[in-house]
Amino acid sequence: MHPWGKWGRNFVEYGVAAAQAALADAGVEWADIQFVSGADTIRNGYPGFVAGATFAQALGWTGARVASSYAACASGATAVAAARAQILAGLCDVALVVGADTTPKGFFAPVGGERRDDPDWLRFHLLGATNPTYFALYARRRMELFGATEDDFAAVKVKNARHGVHNPNARYRAEVTAEEVLASPMVADPLRLLEICATSDGGAALVLSSMDFARRHGQADPVRVAAVSTVTPRFPQAVIEMPNFATDSAASVTGGPAPTFRQSIATAAYEEAGIGPEDVDVAEVYDLSSALELDWYEDIGLCKEGEAEKLLRDGDTAIGGRIPVNPSGGLSCFGEAIPAQAIAQVCELTWQLRGQAGERQVEGARVGVSANQGLFGHGSSVVVTR
Amino acid sequence: MPGKTQVAAQPGWYTLDPEPALLGSRCGRCGTVAFPKEQAFCRNPACDGTDFAEVELSRRGRIWSYTDARYQPPTPYVAADPYVPFALAAVELAAEKMVVMGQVASGIDAGDIHIGDEVELVLEPLYEDEEHVYLIWKWRPLVAGILKDVSEQLVRAVD
Repeated sequence: MHPWGKWGRNFVEYGVAAAQAALADAGVEWADIQFVSGADTIRNGYPGFVAGATFAQALGWTGARVASSYAACASGATAVAAARAQILAGLCDVALVVGADTTPKGFFAPVGGERRDDPDWLRFHLLGATNPTYFALYARRRMELFGATEDDFAAVKVKNARHGVHNPNARYRAEVTAEEVLASPMVADPLRLLEICATSDGGAALVLSSMDFARRHGQADPVRVAAVSTVTPRFPQAVIEMPNFATDSAASVTGGPAPTFRQSIATAAYEEAGIGPEDVDVAEVYDLSSALELDWYEDIGLCKEGEAEKLLRDGDTAIGGRIPVNPSGGLSCFGEAIPAQAIAQVCELTWQLRGQAGERQVEGARVGVSANQGLFGHGSSVVVTR
Repeated sequence: MPGKTQVAAQPGWYTLDPEPALLGSRCGRCGTVAFPKEQAFCRNPACDGTDFAEVELSRRGRIWSYTDARYQPPTPYVAADPYVPFALAAVELAAEKMVVMGQVASGIDAGDIHIGDEVELVLEPLYEDEEHVYLIWKWRPLVAGILKDVSEQLVRAVD
């Protein structure tokens, strides 16, 4: 990885640094990489739209095959899925997955121009609905349905900040108190500034290979990718999702409520891996807001609906607890570097399963799961095992 | 504002009647309603309908959730100067079994409303230029709206 921050340099630099670190870690030469899978960024001009080729050129053309994926926050997982499929199909033995971003300050804004057929442009123009306002709708809903409190939301931030202190790749590495969180300005009621993830620069990369290749290169017991879930929602999607103006209508559909999109993301990963949530030792989830982390506890099956607050209050999701969540510090400590984020989740899980996470190590972790969700309906969940 | 023409900020998405309504589509084959209007293909995966009728959505619903925007959103939002924060609501329409976003009517804060409150669709200016006032749909809470009207009348009576 290249550390997250607000470095203000070209995103390609971060991607190349992360790629070189991943290659060194794997003991693989760049010239040996047969497939390059780039996760795209839409805020850095044309090179960002063709990130796979951009990184390949920066590392030096070798003739390797290439793909570039954009899936908003899920771009990294989509890039992992593309590389993994090549390996599983026997089309290549070893692949490099890279994502990196340079972000503007403040709220994410839509891409420029006047585009009245683009819901992402229209939600800003007609509603002034920034990303945090959608996160806040879910947070308020949790308070109403499950009795979540502002103290709970602050406690998630306090926990993640405590984890991130020990992560050299995190942007924010200082503990915060609940009082400091609750004294930070309200951005979108009930969410406060310290509970909403920042926008960051950063880069992450992975080397993926077949088991044969790994063993031939001295990796006797490598971390395995047991599943990659890139599911879409099911109709009717009954939860309002960014950047939409409305949910699907369920009026013409009979039968009970289907699983929500967020529930279906990890479910598909568990099914593919042949495991259940009870097998998970450590999780990295997309805490775009502190409140959203609580939703994820339920959506990835760590507890039943309505029990996330209890899980948090009991300390189960802190390092040392029963099922630590976001030992990396999460988006809370990283801020979001969109195409790198889902890859960074897998980096963290890999270090955890290898026992290389230092002071943030989850003892004895053998199974990890990541979860996140890309704008417009891109699911993202990766299960890794050892 | 006098002399300026009132137009929709997003033409075709809602009527400009005194009792305005959002304009959705209804699939001629399976009856699925969509907002904004579906033009080409029905989004119900079990249906291959391609003919859609324009329908007015329910003018009243109940708040599914709500929030506010304390900081000025970036362009293309056209903010007043100085910026005036506003509340946002996701509103559940019972007949359509769907949730529709909208700003909450001006003057009503997030602290004035609750999940489950009944709201009604109204039109308000979103922004204006030299010739036009651009109208947008908003959700006006029935109870909070009446309380606001009464309090304003009281203020005028005292003045």
